[in-house]
Amino acid sequence: MSDTHAHSASYVRDKMLPEQAPPVTQVGAIKWLRENLFAGPLNSILTLISIYIVYWVVIHIGPWIMNGIWEADNLNGCRAIRNEIYGEGVPAACFAVLTDRWHQLVFGYYPSALYWRPILALLLFGGGLAPILFPNLPRRLYILSASAPLLCIWLLWGGSIWMPISVAVGFFVGYAAFKYLTPVVGSLGGTIAAVLLPILYWLLLAGPLAGGLQDVLPLGIQAVQSRAFGGFLLALVIGLAAIVLSLPLGILLALGRQSDLFIIKTSCVIFIEVIRGVPLIVWLLTAQTLLNYFLPPGTNFDLMLRVIIMVTLFASAYIAEVIRGGLAALPKGQYEAADALGLDYWKAMQLIILPQALKISIPGIVNTFIGLFKDTTLVLFIGLLDSLGVANAIRSTTDWNGIYWELFLFIGVMFFISCFSMGRYSLYLEKKLQREHR
Amino acid sequence: MSTLTDPPKPAFRLSQLIYDTRYRSITIQVVALILILAALYWLVNNTLDNLARLGKDFNYGFLSNPAGYDINQRLIEYNNQMSHGRAALVGILNTLLVAFLGCVTATVLGVIAGVLRLSKNWVVNKLMAVYVEGFRNVPLLLWIILIFAIMTESMPQPREFRGEEATQSMLLGDNVAITNRGIWIPRLAFTNSISGNEAVAPVEDAVPVASGAADWLLILGVLAASLIAIRFVRRRADRIQEATGDRPKTWYIQLGLLIVPVGIVFVILGLTIVSPYLRGFNFAEGIHLRNSLIALWIALSLYTGAFIAEIVRAGILAVSKGQTEAAFALGLQPARTMNLVVLPQAMRVIIPPLISQFLNLTKNSSLAIAVGYMDVRATLGGITINQTGRELEGMLLLGAFYLTLSLIISGAMNFYNTRTQLKER
Amino acid sequence: MKRTVLFGALTIAGLAASAASAATLDDVKARGTLNCGVTTGLVGFAAPDANGVWTGFDVGVCRAVAAAIFGDPTAVEFVPTTGQTRFTALASGEIDLLARNTTWTFSRDTDLKFEFVGVNYYDGQGFMVPKALGVSSAKDLDGATVCIQTGTTTELNLADFFRTNNISYEPVPIETNAEAQQQYLAGACDVYTTDASGLASTRATFEAPDEHVLLPEIISKEPLGPLVRHGDSDWGDIARWTLNALISAEELGVTSANVEELSAAATDNPEVNRLLGTEGELGAMIGLEADWAKNAIMAGGNYGELFEKNIGENTPIGLARGLNAMWTEGGLIYSPPFR
Repeated sequence: MSDTHAHSASYVRDKMLPEQAPPVTQVGAIKWLRENLFAGPLNSILTLISIYIVYWVVIHIGPWIMNGIWEADNLNGCRAIRNEIYGEGVPAACFAVLTDRWHQLVFGYYPSALYWRPILALLLFGGGLAPILFPNLPRRLYILSASAPLLCIWLLWGGSIWMPISVAVGFFVGYAAFKYLTPVVGSLGGTIAAVLLPILYWLLLAGPLAGGLQDVLPLGIQAVQSRAFGGFLLALVIGLAAIVLSLPLGILLALGRQSDLFIIKTSCVIFIEVIRGVPLIVWLLTAQTLLNYFLPPGTNFDLMLRVIIMVTLFASAYIAEVIRGGLAALPKGQYEAADALGLDYWKAMQLIILPQALKISIPGIVNTFIGLFKDTTLVLFIGLLDSLGVANAIRSTTDWNGIYWELFLFIGVMFFISCFSMGRYSLYLEKKLQREHR
Repeated sequence: MSTLTDPPKPAFRLSQLIYDTRYRSITIQVVALILILAALYWLVNNTLDNLARLGKDFNYGFLSNPAGYDINQRLIEYNNQMSHGRAALVGILNTLLVAFLGCVTATVLGVIAGVLRLSKNWVVNKLMAVYVEGFRNVPLLLWIILIFAIMTESMPQPREFRGEEATQSMLLGDNVAITNRGIWIPRLAFTNSISGNEAVAPVEDAVPVASGAADWLLILGVLAASLIAIRFVRRRADRIQEATGDRPKTWYIQLGLLIVPVGIVFVILGLTIVSPYLRGFNFAEGIHLRNSLIALWIALSLYTGAFIAEIVRAGILAVSKGQTEAAFALGLQPARTMNLVVLPQAMRVIIPPLISQFLNLTKNSSLAIAVGYMDVRATLGGITINQTGRELEGMLLLGAFYLTLSLIISGAMNFYNTRTQLKER
Repeated sequence: MKRTVLFGALTIAGLAASAASAATLDDVKARGTLNCGVTTGLVGFAAPDANGVWTGFDVGVCRAVAAAIFGDPTAVEFVPTTGQTRFTALASGEIDLLARNTTWTFSRDTDLKFEFVGVNYYDGQGFMVPKALGVSSAKDLDGATVCIQTGTTTELNLADFFRTNNISYEPVPIETNAEAQQQYLAGACDVYTTDASGLASTRATFEAPDEHVLLPEIISKEPLGPLVRHGDSDWGDIARWTLNALISAEELGVTSANVEELSAAATDNPEVNRLLGTEGELGAMIGLEADWAKNAIMAGGNYGELFEKNIGENTPIGLARGLNAMWTEGGLIYSPPFR
């Protein structure tokens, strides 16, 4: 039919015309502009406003940054160089303060010859995380995960190598107690022994053991005081320590909150709500001013340790809520299946529920860590020198008194880079986990 | 025989407390309770020991001693001869004020940014992404300090408004002054105030005015009565609509009810607008929104707004496209689709995290310390503790205040959640 | 000791659980370092330099005490404290000595249970205003906006001053000196008030110091000095007499340059001999070595040297001795005799 039609109608073209370029408004930059920037009057106005905002920001900050002076000994030196090159009153940043003091903003007052130690500790920590995050790595790497915390602590604070070793022995004591005593005194007695024996060991034996070994064979690295920690190092140490320590506590609290046992549930709920209901800065001030009231007379902790304890308690309440979300997200069938298999509560949790719930919670945990990392800036108010505190200290030396924006810019950029990349990583994890679930 | 039909009751053995699931839960709870009580006893005992050792006691008497320090922003009357308790109350009101203002603007900002982030406009989209990521990934403390510093550096000083060759002038017909010490806006006062406060002329040769709680209560009362009347009018319109199918036009009645009574009260009281003017070192009269308040307010709003933007975006994306399409298939208009189908579902996703953001904002307002805003942490938890040395009592009171506030807000959240929960099997 | 090791073991945080017993000196000796509370940073008085080494006038006192005890001026741990945390840090035993330009007041001495061991700087609260403001007296400041540092006696003095003169003001509380300085320079307040020494040192670092003046009124007495906890008078004595040794050294002409020579053998001046331990047993009376005062003086010089090096007229801070001159030169700095 169509054939006959084609032949009978002489005006039907039988040769293809050469392709014509699309209209100018439909290709390339112009099309993109039309579609993306000027799709309608409202859209156009928004575009123009946005472009103006960007222009304004660039005009006001651009010259200041571009004129930045990187080489000077102090603020007056900076001003002299500026007056010489650009003339008086021309905006010019004095980044020389960063070249002079960047190491303090990052490491605090950690001895500069030992900077490799925190860096190595961070790498070790990452290495310890790897087998947990990437399940297809060989299982042998779990040894790394287990030993990373003690090694990191040893690297950061230094001292005798025998101390972390004798602490680690405590875990073996517990394991051995569990393994060899269970057949003798039953599983309950075994568990109690596995908890009590290491504690007794740590209380009574670990110290003298480490001391003795140190006397026999002195092995160790230079010890560093907590007060030397500062800047981003401090934020990282407090944040990471709090997250790692708060995980077990958070899991217990989350399980407690889901429990059927009234007293356990109530006390967990009260703990979580009280911690979450009060701002971190009040908790930090509590750690600074009140912790000594609550401990036996004469006990006196390092301030940093007190802060880590307080931030751990704080983080555990948030982690508990994250994990509770993970527990709630599991289909009920999982719980029922575990019951059907005849598993008791702890076995069910350990083998079926928690592995899945924790996996779902990882992005939430990472987000909690980002929040915590940012919140560590509050330790400024109790006299610890985090990056903002170091900035204040730098500004109170005669050399750099009066400098302002450059330090804050640096700190802001550092925080942005670290938090943004962690945030992206948590998004990636979230997507990956979602894929695995379908 | 009877022994067969009536088996002996198993004797209770002590080991059942551990191995029998019926009793085990009780055992665990009793042990837990004992441990908790022991821990509490230990803490309280230590505290008492330490207090005794330091020669201190535990009492709240200091709250009635004269505070001795001044507070710049006070919503209730206060001077340095009043008590520490009064100072704490001034701080509490300041905390509530900035938290409330912050929640309102953070929501507005967050909704706008969240919607714009879904915009197809490339520039707007990217700008919003920069805003959201920039604020989410940098500590709030840093933002507060930066915004405060930017405001003091970029705004004019009051002295630039002075003299013949003033470089700055007031805005909106000499009514608003924007300076680096804050913003002065006009205030409302009454020539025939019923508050009993002494009438004072704001400027020389002007009509004396006064204002007080009684005036505002009267106005609020009249407004409330108007709103109730408007409700009656609406109900009546509803009834007529149900009976006849036609809805009578009532908007002018409603508008009249809203405006006229309050207007009459205003006229009777002799409403006057008192504008700020330059006097001495600063502006006088009007309402002074201090820089510390504004900086904290802006920083809290922008920071929380960035989080709310993500919540709003997620909420809108969470409503599946099928819902919109189904609504269109039913013949609903786009606006009604939004109102009746998309929003109710999106709100269910948005509201709970939104309220927990409000909670965060309220707690974050304690960072006021960075800009010298006199909130409850700065008065009760700061200067008062520092001058009296009563850190235990002060911190407990401070914690109790924040806890109560949080519980009220999360109580509201739970109430909303149970109301809007999907009714499932 | 076992407990110390235990906490070290559990936390490896290095420092922990040292009982703050009655004998602070024993604790300090056992620890090997003196824990000295200082500010988080105040120009001239205490601030860490590019290598993290603390320097300043208050720091000098800490170093002198450490040198008197250990013979080593570096055996000090500097604990930065804020205006709000300093007293709890001292009360809880976290620090042994607080040298943080703290004003000696009645209630701090009695109600807060501290013991001031002396005065190392006589100060008073003053006002700084821009010259352009045309103000010549603090009484002209009616309605002015005043920047103050929170957590100090300044805010109370200020309230008292304005109340007695029956004029009004608008307080702008600021957390740190650096922050207050920025606010003042931007014109967010008309007046900056703090200790006169702080005002002078702040002004010295301005880009244009000549455009700002200090008003003549000094509205308070601010005797700044180191303090220790109530209840351990032996420890208080060590801190007190170390400070006095620095002061006496200036009076007697003992400097860091000649102290070695003077202490090598007994000199003609018996008081110098007693001070430097070549005569008598003053050191043993406070539980220290005989050469304690010599070590303290060698740490950073005598009082005058410390002053000149950190805040004196040849430094950017440029403070004159004024009230802090020796009593022989019309000042208030005076030490009881070493006898």
